[in-house]
Amino acid sequence: MNKTFYDETHTVFGHHDSKILNWIFTMDHKRVGILYGIPMLLVFAIAITVAFIMRLELYAPGEQFISADLYNQAFTLHGVLMVFLFIIPGIPAVFGNIIMPLMIGAKDVSFPRLNLFTWYLYMTGLVVAVLSLFIGEGVADTGWTFYAPYSVTTDTNVVMALSAAFLLGMSSVLTGLNFVVTIHRLRAPGMDFFKMPLFVWAIYATAWIQILATPVVGITLILVIIEKFTGIGIFDPSKGGDPVLYEHLFWIYSHPAVYLMILPAFGIVSEIMPVFSRRTIFGYHAIALSSVVIAVVGYFVWGHHLLGSGMSDLARAIFSFLTFFVAIPTGVKFFDWVATMYKGSIRLDSPMLWSLGTIITFMIGGFTGLTITMIGQDLHLHDTYYVVAHFHYAILSGVVWFFFAGIHYWYPKVTGKMYNESIAKLVFYIQFIGFNLLWFPPFIAGYLGMPRRYYDYLPQFEIYNQLAFYGAVIMIFGLVWMFWNLFRGIKHGTPVGNNPWEATTLEWHLPSPPPAGNFSKTPYVDFDPYEYHHGEPVVKFDENYKRIS
Amino acid sequence: MSHATGPEIVIDPQGNEHLAVDFQDDYEAGIFGYWLFIFTEFMMFGAMFMVFTIYFTMYTADFVEMSKEHMNLMLGGTNTVVLLISAYMMGLGMMNLEKGNHDKAIKFIWYTIILSVVFLSIKAVEWSHDIHLGLFPGDPVLESMSKGANLFFGMYFSMTGLHGLHIIIGIAFMYWTIKSIKNGEVGAHRPVFMKNVTLYWDFVHLIWVFLFPLYYMIGGAA
Repeated sequence: MNKTFYDETHTVFGHHDSKILNWIFTMDHKRVGILYGIPMLLVFAIAITVAFIMRLELYAPGEQFISADLYNQAFTLHGVLMVFLFIIPGIPAVFGNIIMPLMIGAKDVSFPRLNLFTWYLYMTGLVVAVLSLFIGEGVADTGWTFYAPYSVTTDTNVVMALSAAFLLGMSSVLTGLNFVVTIHRLRAPGMDFFKMPLFVWAIYATAWIQILATPVVGITLILVIIEKFTGIGIFDPSKGGDPVLYEHLFWIYSHPAVYLMILPAFGIVSEIMPVFSRRTIFGYHAIALSSVVIAVVGYFVWGHHLLGSGMSDLARAIFSFLTFFVAIPTGVKFFDWVATMYKGSIRLDSPMLWSLGTIITFMIGGFTGLTITMIGQDLHLHDTYYVVAHFHYAILSGVVWFFFAGIHYWYPKVTGKMYNESIAKLVFYIQFIGFNLLWFPPFIAGYLGMPRRYYDYLPQFEIYNQLAFYGAVIMIFGLVWMFWNLFRGIKHGTPVGNNPWEATTLEWHLPSPPPAGNFSKTPYVDFDPYEYHHGEPVVKFDENYKRIS
Repeated sequence: MSHATGPEIVIDPQGNEHLAVDFQDDYEAGIFGYWLFIFTEFMMFGAMFMVFTIYFTMYTADFVEMSKEHMNLMLGGTNTVVLLISAYMMGLGMMNLEKGNHDKAIKFIWYTIILSVVFLSIKAVEWSHDIHLGLFPGDPVLESMSKGANLFFGMYFSMTGLHGLHIIIGIAFMYWTIKSIKNGEVGAHRPVFMKNVTLYWDFVHLIWVFLFPLYYMIGGAA
């Protein structure tokens, strides 16, 4: 048998004898995805630990474990790690890399070397962020938003945190660029845009946000760095600069960034729903285009972070209206998922369970978001724990849990093994209970006036914080058990065939795990992504990826 | 690097042949990807132009005064012409490369590099003159002046500095292009690398076309 390009050189510098070198110089999109996944897991673990220390401090009013300054650094570290190193790159860098090229029948992404380069940028950003912990005055204490003018004057390592965020932004831009070109150029013959799986649509919309929004925050962070070194005064009111301008520039990126987080997560659900309902997805075009609408409208809603910052009434009304408007395409997706399940033959396997549970919690996160985009309401709730609870309902029990759903869904494809399904279901219920106990009481505390970002609080808020603490304990117990189950499965899981879930998209026609170079012969795609007949997948291929039914 | 994968033909159920695009040496992807990169550059400079616009609106009188008193229209104008000609040279180099005149292409890239160095030298003269006068952020002379003056020079050094960095990166890429043409990796058969460098150079030149009137000419109008 002739050796192909992929057998000989699937790394940048040819074939290495060392296994590690073969991995860290790999150009294979599946391996790059896994390379991203490993440090992300580490970051997630550190950030959860930091969060737990904060919960411990908040168990009772007054100072117990960490000082006020250390608490400020703790919530900054938690935010920077979670937002810039885990959630924003998370789903696109891991599943966008591993799964998206498989779904469109490609052999790799358009620029495999660039893809690996983005991983190096990511790792450099990670190292810089971690080093800032140990150098000088320690990690930044500004909050993950780096608001000027405090970020300009504080002695903590803001410059390192900003540089890390800039590098991670570059990594994100180049990943997005790569994905847009890949989706335009490398779809298998016959697959037009409306034959693409919905996860690919979601990645496509996400990639455009990455390309168009990230450079704005990149230059903003650079301006703060220049400001810190030379004092150009752009965000310094004593020199005539406008600190609110920083907030605008920051949120011009960072609000689209939350859609950048959630859109690929929605894409995962759109994959899971038809497979575990044994039905074609309801409203394919509506779901596909709603991703694009969210990406476009999401670009113009940043002002709702500044409703209390002295904007004109007209601007506030416009930003408030546009923010409400984003709920419409989001609602379209949710109704379509529910309609997909209607009269379906639903299987409550772990990916489906995670999706269904997250739909409930994300609804709470979404609707509480709408209450704080009402201008009058927002002035009352701004900078309270209500906002923090809203954010965690939308991101932790939204993006991260959909990510978990995706991990459980594609796990057999990536590893070729199956985890223990009954433990996987059990840990979902544990985390569901723990999470709601953790984050629902803060809604009430915040509504009653408990501010965010303080190590201390008034005694009447004690009960909510204690409930949250117990919730955190349960949640972390569930998390640890879940990851233990997944790790155990890599070695001890039962081997699975190509298609354990009886799914229909192209990646499930490949062996698990897929070989280097993916499809030995490129398939011709003349079918819709989710075709079921009486609960059975319609499309079948022979070993040369030629359609036989 | 080996290119063992050839073009792959996929046959549909009706028996028609379709070409499956290979990610190796995909000319269109190279061009498209680079345009996307240029978009990101536009967004980045765009944010700075937006900041400039806001402060120009807030401190119009100060900005006009600073431009009139401290910006040398002659030097800035010369630099505009220099950069314009350099973009023309790069374009001629590109046309020659596509025709297969590799030696001529290399010659024109060298002209472009020389003109870029001229641009940077003139810029250095202007910068050092301003710094010598104390018109640099953090200098007591500048800090004793108006808020508008501080922001004018703060933005001036940030924006021309970032633009100058792009020029330096451009020179490095042009040198890389020359090397690649010489060893045969870039040529009439594979022009995409040089096409993208040319596109980049047009973009860098275009940014200056906007920077020049915003900093040098607003004073002349008053």
